[in-house]
Amino acid sequence: MRDIRKSFPGVQALKGVSLDVKAGEVHGLVGENGAGKSTLIKILMGAYLKDAGTISIEGKEVEIHSPLQARSHGLMAVYQDVMLARHLSVGENFFLGKLPRSRLGLVDWKKISEVTRETLEELDLSIDPRMLVRRLAPAQQEMVTIAKAVYQKSKLIVFDEPTALLTNEQVAELFTVIEKLKKKKVGVIYISHRLEEIFAICDRVTVLKDGELVGTSRVSETNQDALITKMVGRSVGEMYSIQRPQPGEKVLEVLGLTREPHFRNVSFDVYRGEVLGFFGLVGAGRTEILRCIFGADRCEAGEVKLRGRRVTIHSPRQGVRAGIGLLPENRKTEGLAMSLGVDININLASYDLISRAGFVNVSREASRARGFVSSLNIRTPSIKRKVRNLSGGNQQKVVVAKWVSRESDIFIFDEPTVGVDVGAKLEIYKLIEMLLAKGNGIILVSSYLPEVMGLADRLLVVYEGAVTGMLGRSEFDEEKILRLASGIVNSGDDVKA
Amino acid sequence: MSVPNSKSNRGSGVTLLGTLKFLHAGFAEGILILILFVFFVVLAFAAPSFLTLNNLSNLVRQVSIIGVVAIGMTLVIISAGIDLSVGSMVGFSNVLVAILMTHGMPIIPAILITLAAGSALGIFNGVLIHDGRVPPFIATLGMMTAVRGLLMLISDARMIAGLPRPFLNFAQINILWMPSLFFVWLVVIVLSIVITTLTRFGRNVFAIGSNAEAARLSGINIRFTLYGVYAFAALASSVAGILYTSRLANGIPTAGEGYELDAIAAAVVGGASLMGGEGTILGTVLGALIIATLRNGGNLLGINPFILQIAVGMLIVAAVLVDQLTKRNR
Repeated sequence: MRDIRKSFPGVQALKGVSLDVKAGEVHGLVGENGAGKSTLIKILMGAYLKDAGTISIEGKEVEIHSPLQARSHGLMAVYQDVMLARHLSVGENFFLGKLPRSRLGLVDWKKISEVTRETLEELDLSIDPRMLVRRLAPAQQEMVTIAKAVYQKSKLIVFDEPTALLTNEQVAELFTVIEKLKKKKVGVIYISHRLEEIFAICDRVTVLKDGELVGTSRVSETNQDALITKMVGRSVGEMYSIQRPQPGEKVLEVLGLTREPHFRNVSFDVYRGEVLGFFGLVGAGRTEILRCIFGADRCEAGEVKLRGRRVTIHSPRQGVRAGIGLLPENRKTEGLAMSLGVDININLASYDLISRAGFVNVSREASRARGFVSSLNIRTPSIKRKVRNLSGGNQQKVVVAKWVSRESDIFIFDEPTVGVDVGAKLEIYKLIEMLLAKGNGIILVSSYLPEVMGLADRLLVVYEGAVTGMLGRSEFDEEKILRLASGIVNSGDDVKA
Repeated sequence: MSVPNSKSNRGSGVTLLGTLKFLHAGFAEGILILILFVFFVVLAFAAPSFLTLNNLSNLVRQVSIIGVVAIGMTLVIISAGIDLSVGSMVGFSNVLVAILMTHGMPIIPAILITLAAGSALGIFNGVLIHDGRVPPFIATLGMMTAVRGLLMLISDARMIAGLPRPFLNFAQINILWMPSLFFVWLVVIVLSIVITTLTRFGRNVFAIGSNAEAARLSGINIRFTLYGVYAFAALASSVAGILYTSRLANGIPTAGEGYELDAIAAAVVGGASLMGGEGTILGTVLGALIIATLRNGGNLLGINPFILQIAVGMLIVAAVLVDQLTKRNR
């Protein structure tokens, strides 16, 4: 890709970016949200039309006007939200749109099974071609997408944040598959916010910033600090260093919380001014536990005490009124009303506080929104702007503002930094710092170990719905945490199951 | 994607699409007002009888009743729902108020009972949709059929005549040269603009329509809001049904047939999104006026009514098409 330019009304998203990928090379692409990574990929995949510049494949200049053309040139993309027909089998997805026919004109199921199995085996994947895609775990779905790309003889495969939803083990599996792609002389563009992954798998890495190319270098000739500095102009050292106040009184106490089959007998407490980390593999029940406390799901047994008083929370409304704020894992489907303005979203949980006799105090609504836009540094041209049009990091800040403005006591951050760039991450950490200073209790759920280890004062580890460990900051040890999270318990370890 | 920080519409030029985009970005109802204005200017020249007081008050009388229904529909559509039962609700309240009055009930109690009965049916819609988790389309499709059956049953499928004189006079009187029906519509418009823009209920309707799960997790009372939305739509339809009775002087069992589609058309032309979370009362009012003006003007010009029907159909699609084109890449 040479000198690609693209502008949208009011913004030039790409200002002459060039990128080349060799066959059998893994090329990392990094940059903050809004740096232009997605735009560049969408142009390559035919989803957007470029304003200027050229794209060449194997030396020949090509024009890509539609996703179909991109595919016919051998370009494929694997996104974090997998694009497969969920209700069809793995094999059918392989042949989607061109099912092979037998002599009678019927679908040739035998051929589908055979070809699919062969391709999957080439990548050492043991997945049954007849399995319905929706029955597969997200990680396996991703592998199926990759295998499909291999089967379609793709020359270049783009991975856009492929590991966002994967556990460490699954990431390793993904990397093995990518290594196999390299051997097959397939070119790979690898986009990720997790820089460790870039260093683990990529040959070269390109940094974009504000739609411009900052530079391309071999990964062997650079390091994480240098990359982050290029991306944001800040060093990695200050990433997780937050001010920690002296923890105060106990604000939340959970005793024997149970909801079969998701989790059982979960007990823990949270103090004012501390971050309680929640760690566990995907599916361990972390989110379910917290949703129960908040009232989004029903619990079967157990009790919740807030500020020393026993409370019953059967609905999110009661949870909100009790002073709990939930920043859900998926902000687009659970946190934000995307088609509404920043002002409404910020006030969404507080309308009972700023209304009288059913009428909204419109000037307070606006002043509160303006206040949080400036104090949380939310980048938006106006408070009326639809949240849909903000970047991921700014959207996340709107969700935070919603709960800060409600003056909640306890904030549950469920994977707050998934899909946000380094700069926005730092701002979210600053927010956590600010909330701590105000004496709030914070529960932080994260699958990203360096993040929980860096931020949490204490760490609760969950495995298959049961608490397998509670560690103080001095006991943090990556191996130990992972062992607890995998249910491997050595004798002598401090375990309450 | 980064956020465009300036509001400039670079690259749009002076093209039609550019102009549309500009209007759309600045003031969503701008295009509609422009279209209505163009219609008026063209018709004023083409059909001499268009800009007469007689014709205009006739136009307003035609649009007022469906306009009231469309406003109820707009609220439902903003909540990401749909209400196919509004036409049957119009028919039901038309027949009910006529039966009550011909059985000797005074006008005011008859109207109040009819409004209450209509609202109750609306709340039942809400119960089916919220508590029964029946998709709005299906729940109200069922209600549309059932309520029509109910009104046929209570009316014996016959016209009901012999309504009190003062009740019938209401639709005939003019206030300041405008028909009384128009002022009823105006009151409904003002009330619902207040509801949608200034009340907590209105905020909740938008929030649920935009993202029901996020609204729930923000502590919004989904049950109350949905009951309210469908009750409001049914109440508006009952008001329309009573106006209809006064205007046509009879209880007519087929009253309101097809109104649900006209109401949806007005809301959609007015910019409401069937995906929920988007729509304005003013837009719907303009949408209803545009469709009515097209029909009225077409009649005056002697255009074949079938061709007119084609034009209305195209207008509905064009409204959404323009919306999509101007939204693209934003």
